[in-house]
Amino acid sequence: MLCLSCDELDLAALVRVATESGDHPPGRQGAIVTFLGTVRGGNLGRRVVELEYQAYEPLAVRAFEIIAAEIADTWPDARLALHHRIGRLRPGEVSIAIAAASPHRAEAFSACRYAIERVKQIAPIWKREIFEGGEAWIEGATADPSDSAARQAAHRRACG
Amino acid sequence: MRVTIRLFARLRDIAGAADLVRDVPEGATVETAWQALATEFPAMAPHRASLSAAVNAEYARFTLALSERDEVVFLPPVSGG
Repeated sequence: MLCLSCDELDLAALVRVATESGDHPPGRQGAIVTFLGTVRGGNLGRRVVELEYQAYEPLAVRAFEIIAAEIADTWPDARLALHHRIGRLRPGEVSIAIAAASPHRAEAFSACRYAIERVKQIAPIWKREIFEGGEAWIEGATADPSDSAARQAAHRRACG
Repeated sequence: MRVTIRLFARLRDIAGAADLVRDVPEGATVETAWQALATEFPAMAPHRASLSAAVNAEYARFTLALSERDEVVFLPPVSGG
């Protein structure tokens, strides 16, 4: 399960998919690490009213597949499920949910952290911050999945 | 040949449109399409250094040659999560 939608995110469903997906028999996984990203009510000293998420959906799904393949390369026993929400979100709402499952906790923690770092680096998703007194596009990384320095940086954070 | 250019975030705001259909010459690359776009919308030109690109929902280099009916997307720096 690697997807985007305007719907509220269902972490329990992601956990189920990450635990049951693939060729793993039931009970093979011994650790599930989850991550929820939520809309912060304050940013750069501004009071955030809402965030508007825009995505190039087919390429975003492709980016999630690339991230899942990178995780499979590095942590072959880990399984990933990821759902990013788009549209307008208010402070406190969940914008992204990730579940990473693995036989042992170290790989599950690393895979989950790696996934969110890579989403921020390469997924074609943009947020416009609507704050009291104005609005602004937030711009992060230039999206390039073949940038090995970025990939290594994500790996270092995942294993740090 | 005719291509569709899809725009997001800051670039969409500048163009005032999400999709543009434009003719580019035979042999055009992603860079050719960008140059035409930046000529049409000069406010886009300063963003070139921070952009990446995609063609038909795959990441693409600016040197990639385009084909008839390709969908070309210019990606401003991303901020998902």
